[in-house]
Amino acid sequence: MTRWLPRVYLGLVYLLLYVPIGVLVVFSFNDSRSGYTWGGLSLRWYQSLFNNNAMVEAMWNSLWLALSAATVSTIIGALTALALHRYRFRGKKVLNGMLFVVMMSPEIVLAISLLALFLLVGIQLGYVSLLLAHVTFCLPFVVITVMARLSGFDESLPEAARDLGASDFTMTRTVLIPVIMPALLAGWLLGFTLSLDDVVVSTFVSGPSYEILPLRIYSMVRVGLKPEVNALGTLLLVFSLVMLMLSQWILTRSKR
Amino acid sequence: MPSITRQPFRTAVLVLVWGWLLFLVLAPNLLVVGASVMTRDPGTFISLPLNLDAYRQLFDALYLEVFLHSLYMAAMTTLVCLLIGYPFAWALSKLGKQRQLLLIFFLIVPFWTNSLVRTYALKMLLATNGLINSSLMGLGWIDEPIQMLYTEGAVIIGLVYLLLPFMILPLYSVFDDLRQELLLASHDLGAGRFATFIHVIVPLTLPGVLAGVMLVLLPAMGLFFVPDILGGSRNLLVGNVIKNQFLDARNWPFGAAASIVLTVTMAILMLAHRLSKQRIGEEGAG
Repeated sequence: MTRWLPRVYLGLVYLLLYVPIGVLVVFSFNDSRSGYTWGGLSLRWYQSLFNNNAMVEAMWNSLWLALSAATVSTIIGALTALALHRYRFRGKKVLNGMLFVVMMSPEIVLAISLLALFLLVGIQLGYVSLLLAHVTFCLPFVVITVMARLSGFDESLPEAARDLGASDFTMTRTVLIPVIMPALLAGWLLGFTLSLDDVVVSTFVSGPSYEILPLRIYSMVRVGLKPEVNALGTLLLVFSLVMLMLSQWILTRSKR
Repeated sequence: MPSITRQPFRTAVLVLVWGWLLFLVLAPNLLVVGASVMTRDPGTFISLPLNLDAYRQLFDALYLEVFLHSLYMAAMTTLVCLLIGYPFAWALSKLGKQRQLLLIFFLIVPFWTNSLVRTYALKMLLATNGLINSSLMGLGWIDEPIQMLYTEGAVIIGLVYLLLPFMILPLYSVFDDLRQELLLASHDLGAGRFATFIHVIVPLTLPGVLAGVMLVLLPAMGLFFVPDILGGSRNLLVGNVIKNQFLDARNWPFGAAASIVLTVTMAILMLAHRLSKQRIGEEGAG
């Protein structure tokens, strides 16, 4: 009994986790307008999704935002990790502390603090404010991923490069970047997904000029049930799954 | 101190990193602290004079009730996550390594899926004419649909569903580190299963419990879209109050004060987590 009881329990929890997602996916192919009764197989909600111009535009906006936020946060995050790993400088603990605060503080606290900043400094709410905010909350995750990779790294390689006359920049480019490449890819994918999924921060720092997907979904699900959301949710699920598998594949492959 | 000209790369990196964090982390947080002690102003959002009115307003009967109710729902969410997550992490840590990794992967998959969409999926199940009610009526177990949506329970279910992995992952990591020799030693010294659990397993997994509590309790007070979708207007979170104050009522001092209460709660929890870890470190060494 002690052998199978834990397994049954694990299975039960996974069932609870996946039933809502399963229902969502199955009903995205439902021909019936009501969200509760089965009316036969159909792709009509996917069609109506792609016929909705505002929706398609929000999709492109979200993708572009996620791409740029992931790229910028990977660059700055990698440089931060390298600086923390290699340089001695004043206030290193403060820097670490700030990254930790970003990661641990509730999203809503980060959201209002950024809104206050943007409004008082006069940054218009739209693409730029969203980008700055998304890069900020993705940053600590990239730093941690890259730091983990650097911590197991043989220090004699950069020293050898320096002895052979390479400048700091050349050494970073030719020795360190190739070493942290898998971590950069994994961090980029993580940032991309975090950005695509964010609701809380985006609600505060986006403006009418740049509508993104989560906010569009938010306004749809607040009132009643919309079968288009099932279709969109299914697409997002498949998309995240592919991204997650990619990042796992990159990380495990690089360990061998 | 090396001069700027000799290490342009180093200087550029440090300026960029510091600049970003000072402008987008430190400055905004100071702004919120500042805003919480200023006066509400319809034109410029905040103005002088300095005062503590916003903090006083937190203790108004109306808001105090919302806060306590939010705290209650967050505490229930955390408790349910702990009750589900603790045995889950334990059972998981007993499996073979390969299988553990696979199961962790499947735990993270939903977490990578849009949280709004997952909340919406719950709405489909819980609605009055939703799948749970229609299945139960189809089976003849109930005659009338049960009101599940727009209740306190629905909000707690939604929060548990979104936050469970954040409880399980730190717990799994402490169970994974738990050394079997300690359990065997406890057994050899004559302790029964229950005594081993209370005196060995619980103290050693306490840092994981506290980390999990920290990662669940705070978001459970902030995720305003969960009550928006599942809870109706009576089951608000602190997050809803902050959002309304900032985006609708334009009362920045009050919204800022509410968010500082969240931050202080976070600081206290982090301190407790640190202390519990230190205690175990000392006992392990001694």
